[in-house]
Amino acid sequence: MVATSPTAFERFLNGIIPENPVYRQLLGMCPVLAVTGAMKPALTMAAATAFVLICANVLVSLIRSLLKPHLRILVFTMTIATFVTIADRFLAAYLYEMSKELGPYVPLIIANCLIISRCEICASKQSVGVALADGVGMSLGFALALASIASVREILGSGTWFGLTVLPSFWPTWGIMVLPPGAFLVLGLLLGLVEWIGHRRATST
Amino acid sequence: MDNVALLVQIFFGAALINNFVLHYFVGICPFLGVSRRIDMAFGMGCAVTFVISIAALLSWTFTYYILRPEAPLPSWLWRLAGGDPEVQIDLSVLSYIMYIFVIASSVQFVEMYVRRFFPPLYKSFGVFLPLITTNCAILFACLEIMKHLQDPMHLWGLAEALTLAIGGGVGFTLAIVLMAGIREELELCDIPKPLQGAGITLIVAGIMAMAFMGFTGVDQGIQNFLNAMIE
Repeated sequence: MVATSPTAFERFLNGIIPENPVYRQLLGMCPVLAVTGAMKPALTMAAATAFVLICANVLVSLIRSLLKPHLRILVFTMTIATFVTIADRFLAAYLYEMSKELGPYVPLIIANCLIISRCEICASKQSVGVALADGVGMSLGFALALASIASVREILGSGTWFGLTVLPSFWPTWGIMVLPPGAFLVLGLLLGLVEWIGHRRATST
Repeated sequence: MDNVALLVQIFFGAALINNFVLHYFVGICPFLGVSRRIDMAFGMGCAVTFVISIAALLSWTFTYYILRPEAPLPSWLWRLAGGDPEVQIDLSVLSYIMYIFVIASSVQFVEMYVRRFFPPLYKSFGVFLPLITTNCAILFACLEIMKHLQDPMHLWGLAEALTLAIGGGVGFTLAIVLMAGIREELELCDIPKPLQGAGITLIVAGIMAMAFMGFTGVDQGIQNFLNAMIE
C-alpha cells in the first residue's frame, strides 16, 4: 500500500478493517463460503487458519534470507502444508466431530490464497515481529469476516446462534441460508453493504 | 456393467449435482477473477481440466502405492529392512505435502510442455497456468481421491479417480463459462454502485447454485436408463 515498509502495529491494524482479507481483498473465499453455515465450524476454521497463517508467517520470515526467488512459492506451499497437517491431525485427535464436519476444508487451507499472499507480501520481506503482528491482524480480520457471515446464515437459516435459539418459534427459518446458494447470496450482499458503508464514509468526510 | 454405472454416477455427480464451484465452493478465486469474458473463461476451464486430470493421475498413483494405509511399497520396504511384519504402515500423514508437491510440479511440467510443443495454446493459456497451482479445485480432487483410498474393502481404481477429475473439470468449465456469459450481459445493466464487481457476481452465483440444485437425482435417472438399456 505504502512505499516504505509498514511497522508492526500498522500491519496489525491493516489486517482487521482497512485491508480485511475477505471484504477488501476477496482472498480465501473457499472456506468463507463453505463452513459458514453455523458459528461453531466457522470459528474452528478461523482458529485453524490463524494457527497456520501465524506459524507460516513467522517461519517464512525467519528463513527469508535463504529463499531463492524462483523456488519461493514452492517453499511457501510446503511450509503451509506442514502446518496444515499439524492442525488437521490436532483437530482429528481432540475435536473429532468438528473435524468430520469440516471435512476437506481443513486440508484446503493449503490452497488458501490469503496465506500465500501474506507470505509473499509481508513475511518474506520483513522481520519476525512484523510478520507475527501481520499474521495476528490478518487472522483477526479473517475471523471477523467468517463470524459475520456465519451469524447471518445461522440466525436466518436455523434460528440459532452458537446453537442457542434466538428467534421466536413463529419465525419461519430460511432453509436456503444453510444451503450452498445462501452462502453466495449472503456474501454478495454483505460485500455490497461493506462497500456502501465505506463509500458513505468517504463522501461524508 | 456395474462399473460403467458407477463411473457415470461419479461423472455426473462431480460435473452437475455436486458441482465443484457451486456446491463445494472450490476454485472460487478464478471463478470470480477470470469470468469477465467467455473466451478467457473457457481457456481457464480447459487449463484446469487438463491439470486436474494429470494431478489426479499422479496423486492416485502415489496414494495407491505409497501413501494409503497398507500401501504395497512402504510395507515391502519395511519388511525388507527387517521390520515386524505385523506392523501396519500408514504414511497418510504425508499426503498433503505430497499432493501440493505433485500439483506444483505438474503445473510446472504442463507449462513447459505446452510452451515447447503448442505455442499458440501457450499464448492463450498464458497467465492462467501458474495461477492454477493455488487453485483449490485441484487439491480438492486429490483429497476426494484420497478419501476413497482409505478403506481397503472399497478401493477406487484409476478409472474412477480420472472420471472424478474430468467430471470436476467439466463442471468447473461449465460454471465459469455460464458465469462469463451472464457477466457479459451484466455489463449493460444498471447495477447499484456498491454491488458492482464481486457483489453482483456472487449473487448471480447464488442463483446459479439454486438452479444447479435442480440437478439432484439426475445421476439416478441416468443409471436407471442405462440399466433399462442393458435389459
